[in-house]
Amino acid sequence: MKVAIIKYNAGNIQSVDYALQRLGVEASITADHDEIRSADRVIFPGVGEASTTMAYLHAHGLDKLITELKQPVLGICLGLQLMCRHSEEGDVECLGIFSETVKKFILQHTMLPAMKIPHMGWNTIEGLKSSLFDSSIEGQHCYFVHSYYAETGPDTAAFCSYPTPFSAALQKDNFFAVQFHPEKSGPVGAKILENFLQLKINL
Amino acid sequence: MLSKRIIPCLDIRNGQTVKGINFINIREVGDPIELGKLYSEQGADELVFLDITATHEGRKTFVELVKRIAFNLNIPFTVGGGISELKDADALLAAGADKISINSSAIKNPKLIDDLALHFGSQFVVVAIDAKEENNHWEATMHGGRLPTGKELFTWAKEAENRGAGEILFTSMNHDGTKNGFANEALTHLSDLLTIPLIASGGAGTMEHFADLFKYGKADAGLAASIFHFGEIAIPDLKSYLRKEGISMR
Repeated sequence: MKVAIIKYNAGNIQSVDYALQRLGVEASITADHDEIRSADRVIFPGVGEASTTMAYLHAHGLDKLITELKQPVLGICLGLQLMCRHSEEGDVECLGIFSETVKKFILQHTMLPAMKIPHMGWNTIEGLKSSLFDSSIEGQHCYFVHSYYAETGPDTAAFCSYPTPFSAALQKDNFFAVQFHPEKSGPVGAKILENFLQLKINL
Repeated sequence: MLSKRIIPCLDIRNGQTVKGINFINIREVGDPIELGKLYSEQGADELVFLDITATHEGRKTFVELVKRIAFNLNIPFTVGGGISELKDADALLAAGADKISINSSAIKNPKLIDDLALHFGSQFVVVAIDAKEENNHWEATMHGGRLPTGKELFTWAKEAENRGAGEILFTSMNHDGTKNGFANEALTHLSDLLTIPLIASGGAGTMEHFADLFKYGKADAGLAASIFHFGEIAIPDLKSYLRKEGISMR
């Protein structure tokens, strides 16, 4: 199986590669359009700022490329946010694969214990509806680090609450995305990555 | 619900764990990878690896070690020690570290926090503060509490947040090594003051101390070293105890 990890100006791509290697998959980290187009699976990871990253994707033609992909695509963290319609981070139009929009967490001082931003640590994912998940994952903890979140909407495939529900995962057709870091979410995350690699969907 | 985190801390010198580690039935006690994996399997939520090597050769060994840690661990980890410029952080990020922790280098050059946050994002930057209380005054210190810095704890922590730190790791030098519990009063004050997560360190001796930390100290995470390394508290036991105490645990 050929797995392409999209290379762009984002941090911590290495950890995704390591996680795939632990599952016995050698991925290529690449920005080459043909290589990405011909891969069996494409992973769109990312840690970074939305508007500068969108500008980078646009300058390299990656925005159009990603939206036209037909094979299973997995967005992670910022990847999920960029696959949405719009992000408040830098007030930027994103790829528009999902109809949801991305907003900033607002501090709620009345919350006990006090709410902190970024939303950092292990939180439970619920309401799973995607072939990315199986019944063993409902209610399990995954590792999150983010200050912006995708609202819940028609494409929501799992939600997490902090304190109000947001999209922990989104799916539309061949496009999958998770807000948490499966590569850092212990055995649960490894199972989700494995499920992604083993997806059987009619394209 | 977001759970509270339990974080074992490992000191590394020349690529090996430093303290005598006394796990029953574990042979590879000196190997940070084996220990890290063991803690991860036991339910540790994150790990911290602190490089206490002073030499240039030791630094290179540490970066190589970070690569192997990143390859072998599937939970987040922070690395600290000897990071004083962007290129140090860059090497550790490229090796696969999730976060870096800076301490005295931030005190000497506070702008380092801004630069690191700008280049790598706040989520990558943990500012560690070792502070000591004397006459109701908390002061940040360097060199294991021996050197005062003139920076008041709460002011400095808030400044670090404003400059772009993603987390604060606060160690009370009055409590460190005493096993009498965490500095809950100072921690509560810090937690109320900060909008970023707070990791507490120093004073863990019993499981009750962790319960107090999360109930009264309002910390987001508890860090400890020797009580885990010497097997005085097993992480699975600690987490099931805290769950019974009504604290959200993974």
